[in-house]
Amino acid sequence: MRAARTYPARRDDVRLLVVDVPTASLRESRTTQLPALLSAGDLLVVNDAATVPGSLQGRDDAGRSVEARLIAADLERGPAHFWAVLFGAGDWRQRTEDRPPPPAVAPGDRLRFGALEAEVVAPSSLSRRLVALRFLGSPDEPDAVWAALYREGRPVQYSYLAHELPLWAVQTVYAGRPWAFEMPSAGRPLSWEILLGLRDKGVRWASLTHAAGLSSSGDAALDAALPLPERFEIPAATVTAIADTRRAGGRVIAVGTTVVRALEGRAAAASDGVLRAGAGVTDLRIGHDHRLRVADGILSGVHTHAESHFALLTAFAPPDLLHAAERTALAHDFTTHELGDAMLILARRGSSRVTVVSGPPNG
Amino acid sequence: MTTINETEGLSAALVTGASRGLGRALGLALARRGRPVVLVAREAGPLEGVVAEIRAWGGRAHGIAADVADKDAVTSLVGRAAALVGSIDLLVNNASTLGPVPLRLLLDTDCEDLERALQVNLVGPFRLAKALGGPMVLRGRGTIVNISSDAAVEPYARWGAYGASKAALDHLGRIWAAELAGTGVRVLTVDPGEMNTRMHAEAVPEADAGALADPARVAERIVALLEAGTAAGRVAIRIEDEETERRAP
Repeated sequence: MRAARTYPARRDDVRLLVVDVPTASLRESRTTQLPALLSAGDLLVVNDAATVPGSLQGRDDAGRSVEARLIAADLERGPAHFWAVLFGAGDWRQRTEDRPPPPAVAPGDRLRFGALEAEVVAPSSLSRRLVALRFLGSPDEPDAVWAALYREGRPVQYSYLAHELPLWAVQTVYAGRPWAFEMPSAGRPLSWEILLGLRDKGVRWASLTHAAGLSSSGDAALDAALPLPERFEIPAATVTAIADTRRAGGRVIAVGTTVVRALEGRAAAASDGVLRAGAGVTDLRIGHDHRLRVADGILSGVHTHAESHFALLTAFAPPDLLHAAERTALAHDFTTHELGDAMLILARRGSSRVTVVSGPPNG
Repeated sequence: MTTINETEGLSAALVTGASRGLGRALGLALARRGRPVVLVAREAGPLEGVVAEIRAWGGRAHGIAADVADKDAVTSLVGRAAALVGSIDLLVNNASTLGPVPLRLLLDTDCEDLERALQVNLVGPFRLAKALGGPMVLRGRGTIVNISSDAAVEPYARWGAYGASKAALDHLGRIWAAELAGTGVRVLTVDPGEMNTRMHAEAVPEADAGALADPARVAERIVALLEAGTAAGRVAIRIEDEETERRAP
């Protein structure tokens, strides 16, 4: 399948492959038809994280080119601290895996990204490309750090694109806090036309915030470890909406893998398997052997079996049905990747079971 | 990076044109009530003064220097604001420009000056409402306030660029309200009346400043309207009439 190389003319009008698991059937539709494809009583859960301009181009002390792509906030160390993947010379037009490795860095080394200066705090044992950085000059003044980041940073770009994406193009229509280091792209095709159309039909929506990290680092060892633990926050209202949906026999449709990771990770981490509101970090890896506790379906991009996201989809549908979907998508020239077409997998109604407790966040 | 427990205290507000006049007064009034405020203005200097004033008495304030007429700046400022204060449930579109002063007849107005007035007074508020309104609708709550003028209604000679941009802003507010009905997000258009501000002095240098409303009092009225929670549509505030009556022999 080919990657979509340009932004669609209308963000909400792309092709949609519907995978209906109970009937093991596939059909082609469009994202504009989502209100007709879901039922009253269903619940759509979106990731409302805005995308950070987390790609920084700069130089080390010796003047060598380095690009840092932020992958996560390093909350344990403090407000100016981030984890970043480093790349050597080159730019986004080269495939990530073709980029030369970064110059070797050691704790205390300085990297300069325009007016923004960072210190290497610690390397990671996972890969020499992964480092903890601290932005300097404004140790505990978040205003200055964010100002510099938004001034010097650009959103992570994709080598298959015809043009560079501006910051507004990597935001969903409901983006709030900038927690994501790559666009939560499953939500890209959702417009208010669709969301309000769903509401009018009796489909509810709810949100959570999940700090999506990078999807690839160019380093095979590090890629195998992705996604790194990611933080999330699930509001009480969302847990209540999930409980209501369950009670009424509706389906919980996760918009994107990040939403699945937050909901399933939260439920799996509780000793009693109960989904509660609150903030947390998840390192849950979801594959075919994962028993879904919360989500009954997923809206996502189109993924081929070679991609890591594909494994997560096998929690929703049997591999043979997903392979059939992939063949159909290929035969019908669906496009993949961040700006591509979409897929809606509807697992068996009521296939997942979890006790839901609504109440105050329990952190 | 900065997280706040949103179940505690009031949610945050973003006010544009907040370095002086009504915007500054609104920022102070909102912060005094415990709201975290993000204050936006083109010039960093005067803005930092307002932020420092609020922080000095323990309020939560952040200043972002940006031009609301700049598309890229708006995406960036909304992201920075959310990073600093979390969810923003109140947007006050207060920043505006008169265009060159003394005000000119339409026949003498440069096309570029009309365009600039539309960018600052109409397109900027639209972009901010679009960027902040989305998450508000998702959460099912929020308020968008557009600061207008009676020049939006009365065809005053020489107020062409400003008046036309404010009339368009008023109508945009009506359409926002129609489209957002039932979402929990309300849209309020406020005509604050004639205030003792730098902008007023530039537009009407011969005016008697003593007869004009103090922006702090107008800001209090607006905040009271917001707290009452019922106001929607278009509201005109006329404190300057009260001032004139008070001064009358």
